[in-house]
Amino acid sequence: MSQDIKNDENLWEVPNAVPLIKVQGVTKRFGSFTAVDNVDLNIYKGELFSLLGGSGCGKTTLLRMLAGFETPTSGTITIDGVDMTDVPPYERPINMMFQSYALFPHMTVESNVAYGLKRDGVEKSEIARRVDEMLAMVELSSFMKRKPHQLSGGQRQRVALARALIKRPKVLLLDEPLGALDKRLRTQTQFELMNIQDKLGVTFVVVTHDQEEAMTLSTRIAVMDEGSFVQIGTPTEIYEFPETRYVAKFIGSANMFNGRVTQDGADHIEISVNDLDTKFYIDHGASVRLNAEIWIAVRPEKIIISKTPPEKPGPNQLKGTIHDIGYLGNMSTYRVEMSNGMIVDVTAPNQTRYRSAKHDLDWDDQVYLSWAPSSAVVLQK
Amino acid sequence: MGPLQRGGVTKMNTRVFSYINAWITKLQSRWQTIVIAIPFYWLLLFFLAPFAIVLKISLAESIIAIPPFTPLINFAEGGVLTIRILFDNFIFLMEDDFYVKTYLNSIKISGISTLLCLLLGYPMAYGIVRASPATKNILLMMVILPFWTSFLLRVYAWMGLLADRGTINNLLIWLGMIDEPIRMLYSEFAVYIGIVYSYVPFMILPLYANMEKLDTALHEAAADLGANPITTFLTVTLPLTIPGIIAGSLLVFIPAAGEFVIPDLLGGGNVLMIGRVLYNEFNSNHDWPVASAVAIVLLLVLVLPMMVYQYYQSRKTED
Ligand SMILES: Nc1ncnc2c1ncn2[C@@H]1O[C@H](COP(=O)(O)OP(=O)(O)OP(=O)(O)O)[C@@H](O)[C@H]1O
Ligand SMILES: [Mg+2]
Repeated sequence: MSQDIKNDENLWEVPNAVPLIKVQGVTKRFGSFTAVDNVDLNIYKGELFSLLGGSGCGKTTLLRMLAGFETPTSGTITIDGVDMTDVPPYERPINMMFQSYALFPHMTVESNVAYGLKRDGVEKSEIARRVDEMLAMVELSSFMKRKPHQLSGGQRQRVALARALIKRPKVLLLDEPLGALDKRLRTQTQFELMNIQDKLGVTFVVVTHDQEEAMTLSTRIAVMDEGSFVQIGTPTEIYEFPETRYVAKFIGSANMFNGRVTQDGADHIEISVNDLDTKFYIDHGASVRLNAEIWIAVRPEKIIISKTPPEKPGPNQLKGTIHDIGYLGNMSTYRVEMSNGMIVDVTAPNQTRYRSAKHDLDWDDQVYLSWAPSSAVVLQK
Repeated sequence: MGPLQRGGVTKMNTRVFSYINAWITKLQSRWQTIVIAIPFYWLLLFFLAPFAIVLKISLAESIIAIPPFTPLINFAEGGVLTIRILFDNFIFLMEDDFYVKTYLNSIKISGISTLLCLLLGYPMAYGIVRASPATKNILLMMVILPFWTSFLLRVYAWMGLLADRGTINNLLIWLGMIDEPIRMLYSEFAVYIGIVYSYVPFMILPLYANMEKLDTALHEAAADLGANPITTFLTVTLPLTIPGIIAGSLLVFIPAAGEFVIPDLLGGGNVLMIGRVLYNEFNSNHDWPVASAVAIVLLLVLVLPMMVYQYYQSRKTED
């Protein structure tokens, strides 16, 4: 099934590639409230596409419109070339794994998983074979005869996954699929999901709150806010080149500076930050105007923290005192207070044992921060 | 000195505290027993005591006296204790096919009424569950509203509607649809109308309670997996509402089988139901023992199948 998708080829970069899911100008209103606002989206075959965003931003609503449980107020959804406007949920080539799992409580694990195939009138022996195969894949073979209430949360989740996958849909929608799992099982299931996707060639659309999950799983991520997309891109693009303050803050953490453009070259820009005694030098051009007020972001892990002052003063340097330290085990977050009271977060690996003699960063120490010219990002708003 | 004393006081406090805590817990667990015990013994007393009395009378013989039956236990002269148990009344019921027919007819009528209530009540309950919150309250209110007028009055109202010169016939004649009044009152048809009308709320309410708990995501999941609305109903909704169907059916079937007012007022002499027979035995024939035997048999006919069902149900859930 997945032969036609070569691994290193990203369909969304291919100029004339036909998207599997095409969302055009879709709006959904509940009364006067707009849950999804004029959204356009193309998702290509074999993708694992994540929808990320704060609570109530319309992720579930968008997913439910894809599955056919909600009708768009306006706009069209096309799946595999077919306009879905008049296609009821039970005739769409889509399966969904529900946020609440929605397992049938009166049926055994086996019947739950077999449900979709039975509706398609698949032969009995074939159903049995595929159910066995699917349950083996999610490691639930020995739980076949149990009812959902006799399973743990994680096991239920895997039944829900098996039930949604067994029909080998063109598109699988997953609404917070791994929410109920502990960290270990979650990581394991994440890799399982990726394996399944490779094996079955299903296109996944995943809703998640968990940015780390989105980063690990996705081919592309769409960040949503108040019913519309703020940015769509690969995990790297989203993380390294957030376009707006919302995205920069939502994915990972970021130090945001407000400043004025003092030099605007083809290959660099220089920004002077309001009431901070430093200049930002960025070694790539950006579409900004001279003297314009802009926002810049620097990720905490891109900043080097040190007690020794830099050899020669220059741009991309700051001085401050350690206001607070968050110890995370493998690394620490230092909250450094600037002369103007602004706090800059810096994360650094704990290469020496924390609080040992060699680990010299402590509360109220005066420290110097610096970063490479390529590290800061210019934000649009 | 300070810390030591403080420690001592704290220890005292915790001890007192844990003592009070244990005491509250004990009181709570006992309280729970009391709360359950009161209705339990209440039911035991006020269900079993009358039952025992009726059973006793059913084993006696009718005589002209006050009370009109022979005593079960007798102290003969000289202090000899004699117990007289007669199964004559039960044998009489079995032998006279009038009673057997009446029982069967009662079961038939209440059975069919239960089915009609189910067919009528199920979609109504479903509709109420699916309605918007505001409409839902109004609809529920309308289900409960009839209970605010006397049951007897409502049955009389049906007499007025169904009579030969009643509202319905008058209307049909006035519309020119019929020339002669259709005979509706004093027939089985009228009894069905009366029973279904009176008992349908007892079907709707347990079904409503059952359906209200159903997660709509289950319907969506079924649709998502390719089930059309009919299949979704048959494979998901129906199986999950069986508890409500059983509860509603029992609430309709049991009182309907023993119903006396409706067959008497709407069925007249034409519809045989055991409630009326019982009433006649008691009030017209003054045969308390036979009337009691009729009641006991009715109870057995209704309760035995239920107990068998319960037994199998509990065995099934144990597996
Ligand atoms: N049936 C409905 N009627 C009215 N408003 C609704 C309905 N469904 C969703 N909404 C509103 O639309 C908005 C988006 O809801 P949605 O469930 O899509 O959020 P979400 O992004 O999935 O949030 P979460 O991450 O918390 O699951 C919310 O403000 C919600 O209150
Ligand atoms: Mg949601």
